[in-house]
This record gives sequence, structure tokens and C-alpha cells, in this order.
Amino acid sequence: MREELLRLIERNARMKSRDIAAVLGTDEESVKAEIRQLEDEKIICGYHTFINWSKTGEEKADAFIEVKVTPQRGFGFDQIAERIWQYPEVSSMFLISGNFDFAVFISGRSMREVAMFVSEKLSTIDGVLSTSTQFILKNYKDHGMVMETPGRDEREMIS
Amino acid sequence: MRDPLNSFIASMPPSGIRKFFDLVAEMHDPEVISLGVGEPDFDTPWHIREEGIYSLTKGRTFYTANAGLRELREEITAFMKRHYGLEYDPVSEVLVTVGGSEAIDICFRCMLDRGDEVLLPEPNFVAYRPCVVLAGGVPVSVPLTDENGFKLTPEMLECRITPKTKMLFLSYPNNPTGAVMSRAELQAIADVVLKHDLFVISDEIYAELNYTDEPHVSIASLPGMRERTVVVNGFSKAYAMTGWRLGYTAAPKYIMKQMLKIHQFAIMCAPTTAQYAAVEALKNGDDDIAMMRGEYNRRRLFLINRFRELGIPCFEAQGAFYVFPCIKKFGLSSEAFSAELLKEQKLAVIPGSAFGAPGEGYVRVSYAYSMRQLQRAMDRIGKFAENHA
Repeated sequence: MREELLRLIERNARMKSRDIAAVLGTDEESVKAEIRQLEDEKIICGYHTFINWSKTGEEKADAFIEVKVTPQRGFGFDQIAERIWQYPEVSSMFLISGNFDFAVFISGRSMREVAMFVSEKLSTIDGVLSTSTQFILKNYKDHGMVMETPGRDEREMIS
Repeated sequence: MRDPLNSFIASMPPSGIRKFFDLVAEMHDPEVISLGVGEPDFDTPWHIREEGIYSLTKGRTFYTANAGLRELREEITAFMKRHYGLEYDPVSEVLVTVGGSEAIDICFRCMLDRGDEVLLPEPNFVAYRPCVVLAGGVPVSVPLTDENGFKLTPEMLECRITPKTKMLFLSYPNNPTGAVMSRAELQAIADVVLKHDLFVISDEIYAELNYTDEPHVSIASLPGMRERTVVVNGFSKAYAMTGWRLGYTAAPKYIMKQMLKIHQFAIMCAPTTAQYAAVEALKNGDDDIAMMRGEYNRRRLFLINRFRELGIPCFEAQGAFYVFPCIKKFGLSSEAFSAELLKEQKLAVIPGSAFGAPGEGYVRVSYAYSMRQLQRAMDRIGKFAENHA
């Protein structure tokens, strides 16, 4: 039941407990209890709303920053990673294999704000060797979801 | 002027679903939710579409062999072996057709003599009966009920077999009921077929959409049945490829040789682009099938449980993407129920009677729709049930 429940709400956190219960063949109370349990165990880490900000009046600037660092003896990458992800400007962050070490996604109100953050905060952290900033121009797909929602049902009624 | 029409065709009634679709179309109401469509809501998986595009880029726009691309026929036989344990010779026993529909038509035309009787379980997909009639055969309805899950039993067949009975038509998993038949149940049917020296056309287009623990069983895989069975299958339902118009049929060589003649003269060959895409589907599409099956299964459980919560009896459909709830308690014919539901709650379902007289008292509800849409639809059915309690 656990995995099936998670699969159901992964793409639609707002699915009603009653509807989840119908799919799982159980009652609403058991679904609510299981979700509470999953939250307590931090298997469900939070709920996120997928917003196309470009359709609103709100100005946003997102950037993806490649960061090279010197790992620290005894701590590896994790300690320096924490010094970066603690900033609220960091929307997500990954340790990756390849030419650089961290992929850091920054969300700011303007390109200038993001650029200032990188030059003043990020690149001055001890152990950060270099940064390379790529501004995101358009978001096509995120978390498995396509930004431009597909149009109406084009299937014809045929017999 | 003389009458230009063939009098037999002119006297045939149009499809029973048509009438209802026209009713929906006439409403021109954006608020109408339809659960009427019988094709997947998924797009064809991208890697399959990509392969079709690539074949066009490479200029592969010629005819293929009449029976279909050799490579495709080889992949089809490999798939049938892998999924159903069926063995066919790709050169002489497989034919690629324009959808499963063409395959069904040419099977009947190739095997029926005028007056031959075809045992046709009903309710069933709307095209079978007219295809039998057009081929000169006589459909003999075998009425099914939800009491035994719309499955066929040997007793139902035995009492309808006459010296003119030539074949049994099977289509499990079934449209519109969603019924599935197990190996043991099919074996009992096969025994009757063998005993009376009948043939079987088995439309297995929904074979991959089977939600039981036992994977799909083809009647052709039972002892002694391969030589007297024509299997029809295709890409529309398993890979969400309806618009590509691609199906196939597998039969023993002596039958296939004759079917190929009709296909050759009437069709030439199935669409080339679709055939190249289908090769990719068979080679690398097993995961896509599993993904879609998982999603359909969630929707299926949702609908069945929801109908039961509302006190509307709904037999546990275990295949295809339809549920077939019984609406007799509303005291309306299935056509009146559907019309009323459309008018009152702006929700379209298909009257069971469109699938043959034994479908009266039921409606077909398709779950080839997003969960969000199904949720809204079930809320409307809930309101309808409340108003008509």
C-alpha cells in the first residue's frame, strides 16, 4: 500500500484521501493515518506546488551554477555543501560526477540579484575554487511535468 | 435514375454507438465530460514516434511487402513467443494489417461460406456482428451476464451449436465488459471447440491490459488449438498507437495463405511509417506497456470502488480499460439512463445496449481518461444517484 500511495500523490499531492482510498480499496481514515506516518518518517518530505511564474506579474530569475570546490579532510563534500545550501536563495543542489562538483540552482528576483549572490556569497566561501553561472531562459519541463499544459482532448468519438 | 446502392448494405443499421455520440456532439457544451472514448489517453511513447519520424527523414516512403516488413514480422513472432508462448513462422504465418479491424474483417471473409454460423458472445464490440454479416455468415448471439463475470462457459456454447456452426468468436480481455478469461476457463471452451471441430477467431487486442495475476492466455496456446485458431492483435491499445492504424494476425499457414490474398488485393500493405515505428515498439516498449497498465489499473480500482460505494453494482472488470456497471436499479433502459445522465449531469457514458441486446441494463464507462477527469465524473454520477434514489 505504501509505495502505491506514494506513486499516487507524487504527481498530485492534492488528491483527496477519499479518492486515494477508492484506488487502494481501503477507507479514508487508513489513508490519512498512513500519510501522517509517512510524514513522520520523513519519507514524505514536503509538498510542492508547480507554478509557471512567467505567466504571473512576478519577476523571477533562475540560474544553474557549476561550482568546483576542494573537499575537506574528514568531511568530504558534505560540510562545504551545507555552507552553500543553507542560503535560502539556493532552490536545489546536487553533488555530481564530472567536470565540476556541485550543481546549484539559484532563484532570485532579478539577474542582478543572482549575479550578486554568486559573486559576493557563493564564490567567497572557503574551499570554493570556481563558479560558472548559467541563466535559465525558459523552463520546458520540471519534475516530470511539462510547463505548457497540453490542449484539450482531441480524441474523436468513433465507433 | 437507378438505385446506385447495394440493397443489403443500404438495409444495414449504422453502429449503435453512433447515435449516442451524435447526441453528445449536438450539445456543444464545454461542460460535458465524456467517458465514452475507447482509445488510450496516452500519447504514443516518444521513442516510438521518434522512430516513425526517422523513417520519414530517411525517405522510407515506399510500400512494404504485402504481409509487412520482414523485420516487423520477426519482432511480432518474438513478442508473441515472449508474452504468450505462441510460436509462428514470420514468413508464412503472420500478416501485418491496417489495425486489428482489417484483420477481423479478412478472417471472416476468408473462412466463412454463406450461411455459416458464428457463435458471438454478447455484449461485444460493435464491429464484429456487421463483419460476420458482411462476410455472408450468420451471427448466433451467446448472451453473457455479470453473474459469472461476462465469461463464456461450455454450456452456453453447447446449446447453440448446430451442424452449420463454423466458428467461435472470442475477444478477451473484452470491450465493453472488461472481462478476462483464465487458462482453465479457456481450456473448457477449447474442449468444446475440439469436440465439435470448430474454429476460433480470437481478438486479443487488449491482451496487454490484463490486471489479474495470471498474464494473458491465448486460446491458441492450448493443446490442439493452434491449428484451428486465428489470433488477432495490434499496437493500438498496448502502445497507445490507435492513429497509426497497425494490427496483425497470426494463423496456421493454410489459413494465412488465403487471408493474404484478400489483404493483397484490398489493401496492398499496412502503412510503412507505422510499421517502422512498430518495430521499435516491440523491441523496446515493454516498459511503456507496464507504465500504462499500472496507471489504468489505478483508475480501474478507483472506478469500481467508487461505483460500489454509490451502491451501483459493478462487476470487477479485470482487463481492457472499461468498467460495465449495472444500472438496472434506476428503472431506466441503458439508453434512457445515458441520455438522462448526459442531460442532467453533463456526463457521457455509452449505453450497454449499443454492444448487443444482452448489454441492456448496463453502461460502458471508459477509464482512458485522467484521474482528475474520472474524479469529476464520479462526483457527477454520485449526484445523479442521489437525485434518483
